[in-house]
Amino acid sequence: MRTSRAILVLLLLLSATFTLATVLQPQAARSTAHSPSDSPLNLFMGDSRRMFANHFYVKADVYFHSGFYPSIFDQARDSEVKENHIAAAQQGKEDKPEQEEGMNFLGEPKDWIDRMGRHFRITEHTHLGGENAREILPWLKISAVLDPQRIETYTVASYWLRGIGKTDEAEQFLRQGLRANPNSYQILHELGRLLYENRHDPARARNIWMQALRRWRETQQGLKEPDEGSLERITGDLAKLEEREGHYADAIKWFELTRLHSPNPDDVQKRIDSLRLKLAAPEHP
Amino acid sequence: MNTISALAGVVIKELYRRKDFYVLFVLTALITVLMGMMRFFNDAKIIGYVKEICLMLVSISALVIAITTAARQIPAERENRTIFPLLAKPVTRGQVLVGKFLGSWLATGIALVVFYLFFGILSGSHENRWPVLIFLEAFWLQWMMLSVVIALVVFGSVTFSAPSANITICMIVVLGILTVGEHLNQVAMQQNQPVGSIISMIYFLIPHLEWFDIHKLVLFNQPPVPWVYCLLASLYALGYTAVFLFAAWLAFRHKPLTA
Repeated sequence: MRTSRAILVLLLLLSATFTLATVLQPQAARSTAHSPSDSPLNLFMGDSRRMFANHFYVKADVYFHSGFYPSIFDQARDSEVKENHIAAAQQGKEDKPEQEEGMNFLGEPKDWIDRMGRHFRITEHTHLGGENAREILPWLKISAVLDPQRIETYTVASYWLRGIGKTDEAEQFLRQGLRANPNSYQILHELGRLLYENRHDPARARNIWMQALRRWRETQQGLKEPDEGSLERITGDLAKLEEREGHYADAIKWFELTRLHSPNPDDVQKRIDSLRLKLAAPEHP
Repeated sequence: MNTISALAGVVIKELYRRKDFYVLFVLTALITVLMGMMRFFNDAKIIGYVKEICLMLVSISALVIAITTAARQIPAERENRTIFPLLAKPVTRGQVLVGKFLGSWLATGIALVVFYLFFGILSGSHENRWPVLIFLEAFWLQWMMLSVVIALVVFGSVTFSAPSANITICMIVVLGILTVGEHLNQVAMQQNQPVGSIISMIYFLIPHLEWFDIHKLVLFNQPPVPWVYCLLASLYALGYTAVFLFAAWLAFRHKPLTA
């Protein structure tokens, strides 16, 4: 009798906890901004997945530098090594001398242990180039799985995928990024580049870049420190597109906007001036 | 020498009688093959991540085999009381220690050969290139590193009360050296005295096991390390091995065996 009562109480408690769980789970999902479609991985790892995503993103950068990469101790000492180099390459910047200096984190050997140890580690700074750049891609993919809101992962992966001729995969990955980040003007900008440079479809590229510009205005205008670099790249690309299409007036309009946010406004002004000359030429319709 | 080799032979036989090695090897192979079957962006040529995971698993497995094999040798002999008939024979305590060390080191070496053969086949078959020299160096340096680790564990096995404590402490020490060992001097420079001097002293005292990890050279297809440096590193490892074995002998020679 006592046993059956205990079992009954146990069953009652189980039903109570189960009922409570069904009530609380949707509320918890709402309060933590989790959607019901969140993967078990996300639910299991919580916000720690962002930390791991960052780790794998850095791992991709380590691969890009062929293993020659500062440790956290080197970075603490050499604090100027901050910029992520694969991202810099994606934004069309080559490694500048000051960045390269940042990668000279080893310096002179500090003692005999350090001197001897350098024979067993990579001491030469090289970049993975051409076909070998594909080795960074798995880490970016894993990073995106762990943190779908990390926008840079999509744009960087797309840049390298396009570099090895995998346009379809790049587009698919960007669209996956857009689904996770519908307001991302950076992903739209990269998608526009893909359409323009790889698909050679200026009409669709223009539409996408216009959409990117709208998203930029929706999310950045009014902010204390808006992302002016992205705006400059979007308007700059729109201007170049219009210039190649022969729409000089539109190109000038976009370059005017680029000049406002460019670190080199004089160069942009020269381009505007040359376009004005072309526009004034009698052969131009 | 015959006594030492006989003792070592028993330890090697123990390795293939026990299931540890088989389990770790099957796990390593299984995880590597499964990871290799994954396709990222429909690209079958990507191999770097598989090599990295495989090398990481090989390192972990070798370390686990080395530490667990060495840690249980002396305590098991004492627990089963087989140490008494053993020492009743014309065998000194020093010979027992050296025999146990040598057996554990050779057994780990055999396991490491199998792991590296697997890694070599996997890597070569994917990349169609066979950098045998760098694989040999990676194997050799790792094996030399494990000689220091095994000697440290043998010392721990005559110092600590239980194998579990010995395994845990040695694992923490070894992983600590591998991850932060080379940076201790940098940390020391940022500390006030006397903490800075103490950290600096630790930096110069500890065996720098990180030298022996050349997995990045293997991963990024770098040229092999000049043999002269491999030789110097091997001598360095043997020096520390001798230090730990001597310390173990000092601790073990008058140690009561009935506790």
